[in-house]
Amino acid sequence: MDASSHDILLVGGGGAGLRAAIAAAEVNPKLSIAVVSKVYPMRSHTVSAEGGAAGVVKPDDSLDEHAYDTISGGDWLCDQDAVEAFIKEAPEELMQLEHWGCPWSREPDGHIAVRAFGGMKKRRTWFAADKTGFHMLHTLFQTTLKYAPIVRYDEWFVTKLLVDEGRVQGVVAIELMSGRIQAITAKAVILCTGGCGRVFPFTTNANIKNGDGMALAYRAGAPLKDMEFVQYHPTGLPFTGILITEAARAEGGYMLNKDGYRYLQDYNLGQPQPKPVLRSMELGPRDRLSQAFVKEDQKGRTIETPYGSIVHLDLRHLGEKVINSKLPFVRELCLKYQNIDPVKELIPVRPVVHYMMGGVSTDIQGATPLAGLFAAGEVACVSINGANRLGSNSLPECLVFGARAGKAAAYLAAEQKPANGAVMAQANDEKRRLESQFLFKTGGRERIATIREEMQKTVEKCAGIYREGAALHDGAAELRKLQERFEDIALDDRSRTFNTELESVLELGFMLDVAESIVQCALHRTESRGAHQRTDFPARDDAKFLAHSLVYRNSDGSSRVEYLPVKITRWPPGERVYGEPQEQPQALPARKAG
Amino acid sequence: MADKITLEIARYSPEQDVKPSFATYEVPVYKEWVVLDALNHIKDKVDGSLTYRWSCRMGICGSCGMMVNGEPKLACATFLSSYAHNGNKIRVEPLRYFPVIRDLVTELSDFLVKLKKVKPWLIRKEKPALGQGEFLQTPDQLENYKQFSMCINCTLCYSACPVVGLDPIFVGPAAIALAQRYNMDSRDQGADERIAVLAHPEGIWGCTFVGECTRVCPKHVDPAGAIQQYKLRAVMDWVKSFVMPRAS
Amino acid sequence: MPVAKPAAAPSKPIRAKVVPIYSEFHPRWYRPRVSVYWWLGQWQYLKFILRELSSVFVAAFVVVTLFQLRALRQGPEAYARFQHWMQTPFAIALSVISFFFVMLHTITWFNLAPRAMPIRVRGKRVPEFLVAAPNYVIWLVVSVAVAWLVLK
Repeated sequence: MDASSHDILLVGGGGAGLRAAIAAAEVNPKLSIAVVSKVYPMRSHTVSAEGGAAGVVKPDDSLDEHAYDTISGGDWLCDQDAVEAFIKEAPEELMQLEHWGCPWSREPDGHIAVRAFGGMKKRRTWFAADKTGFHMLHTLFQTTLKYAPIVRYDEWFVTKLLVDEGRVQGVVAIELMSGRIQAITAKAVILCTGGCGRVFPFTTNANIKNGDGMALAYRAGAPLKDMEFVQYHPTGLPFTGILITEAARAEGGYMLNKDGYRYLQDYNLGQPQPKPVLRSMELGPRDRLSQAFVKEDQKGRTIETPYGSIVHLDLRHLGEKVINSKLPFVRELCLKYQNIDPVKELIPVRPVVHYMMGGVSTDIQGATPLAGLFAAGEVACVSINGANRLGSNSLPECLVFGARAGKAAAYLAAEQKPANGAVMAQANDEKRRLESQFLFKTGGRERIATIREEMQKTVEKCAGIYREGAALHDGAAELRKLQERFEDIALDDRSRTFNTELESVLELGFMLDVAESIVQCALHRTESRGAHQRTDFPARDDAKFLAHSLVYRNSDGSSRVEYLPVKITRWPPGERVYGEPQEQPQALPARKAG
Repeated sequence: MADKITLEIARYSPEQDVKPSFATYEVPVYKEWVVLDALNHIKDKVDGSLTYRWSCRMGICGSCGMMVNGEPKLACATFLSSYAHNGNKIRVEPLRYFPVIRDLVTELSDFLVKLKKVKPWLIRKEKPALGQGEFLQTPDQLENYKQFSMCINCTLCYSACPVVGLDPIFVGPAAIALAQRYNMDSRDQGADERIAVLAHPEGIWGCTFVGECTRVCPKHVDPAGAIQQYKLRAVMDWVKSFVMPRAS
Repeated sequence: MPVAKPAAAPSKPIRAKVVPIYSEFHPRWYRPRVSVYWWLGQWQYLKFILRELSSVFVAAFVVVTLFQLRALRQGPEAYARFQHWMQTPFAIALSVISFFFVMLHTITWFNLAPRAMPIRVRGKRVPEFLVAAPNYVIWLVVSVAVAWLVLK
C-alpha cells in the first residue's frame, strides 16, 4: 500500500482546521502540514454560520463579563480556566482575522461594529453582514494558500486512526476521486471534523456533519466528553432545517404561537418590551426557547404542518428597509428555499439541532488523552460551552482552539519520531475490511437511508429536548438493533470512482457510534442542566454532577461512562437567571416547568 | 402543478463507460422540493449509485452546481415546481467545461490552481502588529468590494463562460473577481503583484465580456463587472506608467 | 475504439494495441470537446457573437464613408458615380444591415459601459441606466443636429 507522511495531519478543513494549519505553519515553517478533508475546504460547514463571533473589544465591556456570561450560560459546566483563556484570546484571534482581510462590518468611523446576541449581557458580537462564518472561512482558506508548508488532500475520506505504541501515528483515508485507500502517517493528528447534527432528523447541519472525528477518536480509545449536551436552535425552517439566525430576534423579531401570542413571557424569560432587551424574551438562551416550544407543543398551541409542528417568527413590524439592510440573508433564505417573504409573511420555525457541546475530550491546549491526537472546534469539548453554548461563541472557539491545537501539535511534531512500520499492517487490515465489508459484499438486505432515518427518529425521540430514563433505555436498545442491521447493508455502488454511497455508509457507521455515546451519557446523567433536561430528574444536582461525562469504548464494543470534575476558578456555581436584572432569581432547586 | 416529473440524469462510470449516457427517473413533485431533493430521493430509494456533490443545501457551500436543462444552476436552489408543467422533463448534467469524474461530479483541481494564481489574500508591505488594532475601514470602503467577496466558488460562472470552454488556460471569472475583491479592499497593498499575474492574454484580456458569468451567478457577484473594472484599471496603470513613471 | 472491460472474454478478436479507458485508481475523466458551433447552442451566446460581429459592419460603414469622402474630393462626376453605386441593391442591402448592426453596437456599448465604471455618489451606487443615459442623450442631440444639417 502507498503511504505518504507528514509532520502534522489535520482531519477536516473548516474554521478550526485551517486556523490550526496556519498556526502550525507559523510556529515552524519547516513542518509539512497536511489538511485531509472529505470536501473542498470552502465547502466546510463553517461557511454557513451567520450570526457572529464574540470578542471583548469595546471599552464598556470586560473580559470577566464575557466569561461570566459564558459560564452562567453553560450552567456552570464550563471549565473556567479554559473559558478564561478563551475569552482573552478570542478578540486577538478575531483581530488577526481582520488583518488577514476578513470584511467585518464597521461603524461609521471605521472601527469594528459589534451587536447584541442572545445570552450576552453586553454588545460584543463581531459580524460580517449576516454571513460571518462564510467570510471567516473564505478568509482563512485564502490565507492558507499563502503558506507553502500546507499540503491539501481534498476529497479524501478518513476511515480510521492508526494507533500504535499508545500514540496516534496517522490515518487511513480513501481518495474519493479514484477509490485508492492509503495510509497517511504523521507525528501529530488534529481532528477538526465538526459536529454531528445529522444524527438527528431536524438539523441545521449540512450533510457532511456526521461526527466523523468523534467516532474516529472513540474507536481509537480516546474518550468523548459531555455527549449528552446537544444544542437546539429554536428557529429553523421545517423540512430543510435551515437556520433563521438569532440576529433576526436580536433585531426585534417576535415568536408567536398559533394564537399570535408571544408565548415566551409564560416561561420566566421576562416580559414583552417594545425593543429587544438583552437576555430577555426572544433573546434568552437558546435552550430555554427550545424548551418553551416543546411545552407549547404539548399544550397543543403550535401549528401542525406536513413537515412537523411549528411556531411563527414575525419580522413584519421591522419593515422592508431594516430587513434588507440588517437581515438580507434571512430574507433571501426564506424566499429561495421556502418561498416565503418575511417582509409580508410569518416564517414557520421549530427547534432544530444546531450544535454539539460535547465531543472529543481535550485539555486547554487541544490535546486529547491519546498521545499524538488533538482536536479543535465543534468536534472537541474543552469545555468552554459547558451544558449550553452561547451564540457567537463557537466561531471564536474554532479560531482560539484551532490555533492552540496547531501550535501544540507543532511543538510535539518537532520532538516526535516519525511513524513506525507497524501501522502499515493496520492500514492494510483496514483496506481489507473496507473492501470485504462494503465494496465486495453481496446479499445485504438493508438500505442506508432506511437505517439512517430510523436512527434519527430514535435519537430524536429518546434524546431530544426532553429526556427520560425509560425512553433512553429503549432508545439504547433500538440503536443496538440498528447496529446489527447495519452489518446487513448492501451497496448499489461497487465502483471505486467517487463512491459516495461508500462514503455514506461509513458516515452512517460513525453516526451510530456517536448516537450510542449520546444516549449512554444522557442515561447516566440523572439531573437536568442546560441543554440536558430530564423529566424524571428536573433539578440540577451540583453535588453529584458538577462534572463532565466521559464515555469510553470498551474492547467488546460496549461503552462505559465516567465523570471528570469541572474546573472552577473564580465563579462558584450559581443559578441561571433570565429576564430583567431586577427579576428575582428562582429558588433552589425547583426550576419551574418550562 | 403535476405530481410527478421525469429527470434525465447523465450517468458516467469510467470503469464501465467510455462516455456518459442518460438514465431516466420519475420523481414526485412537492412545492418545497428542489432538484437536490429529487436526486436524494433517487439515491436513497431507487439507485444508490447516483453520484453528486452536496452539503449545505442552502446555497452557501457551492458544492451542488450542475447543468439543469442546459443552464448552470445550484441544485439546492432550483425548484422542481418551476419545471413541472405539461410533461416537462428536467435534464441534469455535470457542469460544462470541466472534466467529469463520475455522473454529476466534475474535476475542480484546475480551478483551485487558478484561484491560487491570482494571490487571493491580503497583501501588506509590512506585517501589522496585533496590538495596533484593526485597520480602519468605513462602511463605504467596505461597500466598494463587498459584492466581489460574496463568491462561494460554485464555478457556475466557469460553466457559463465560453472562453473557459474554448481556452482552458483562461483564468476565469471567479478567480479574477476574487483578485479584484482584494484590489479594491482599502487594506490591501498588493494590486501591483496581481496585475503582473493578470494583465495577460489568459488573464483579464482573455475576457470578451460575454456577460454570461454574471447572469448565472447565484450570489450576484457580477464577475463580468469586476473584470471590466479590472481592465480599465490595468489600462490606467499602464498609461500612468508612461506619463508618471515614478508615481507608484 | 476497443474498451478494456473488467470481466468476460471478448467476443471479437482484440487488436494488437488495446488502450484501457480505466486503470485501477486512475479513472479516465470525461473531457467533452467544445463544438465549433458552440455559439449556436444558446441564445445568449448568439447575441454575443452578433454583438461582436457588429464591429465588422461598423468597419464596413467607416470604409464606405471613406470612399464617400474620396469621391467628394475627386469632383462631381466621381461623386455621382458614388451615389449611383449607393443605389445598387447590394449597397442598399449593405446600408440597411450596417445600420442595424451599428445601432446594435452602439446600444450594447452604452449599456455595458457602466459595468466597467461603478460610480458612487455619497456612498450609494448610481444605477446603471443613469450612467448610460448621458450617452444616449448626447447621441440623440448629435443625431438630430446632423440630420437637420443634412436635410435642410
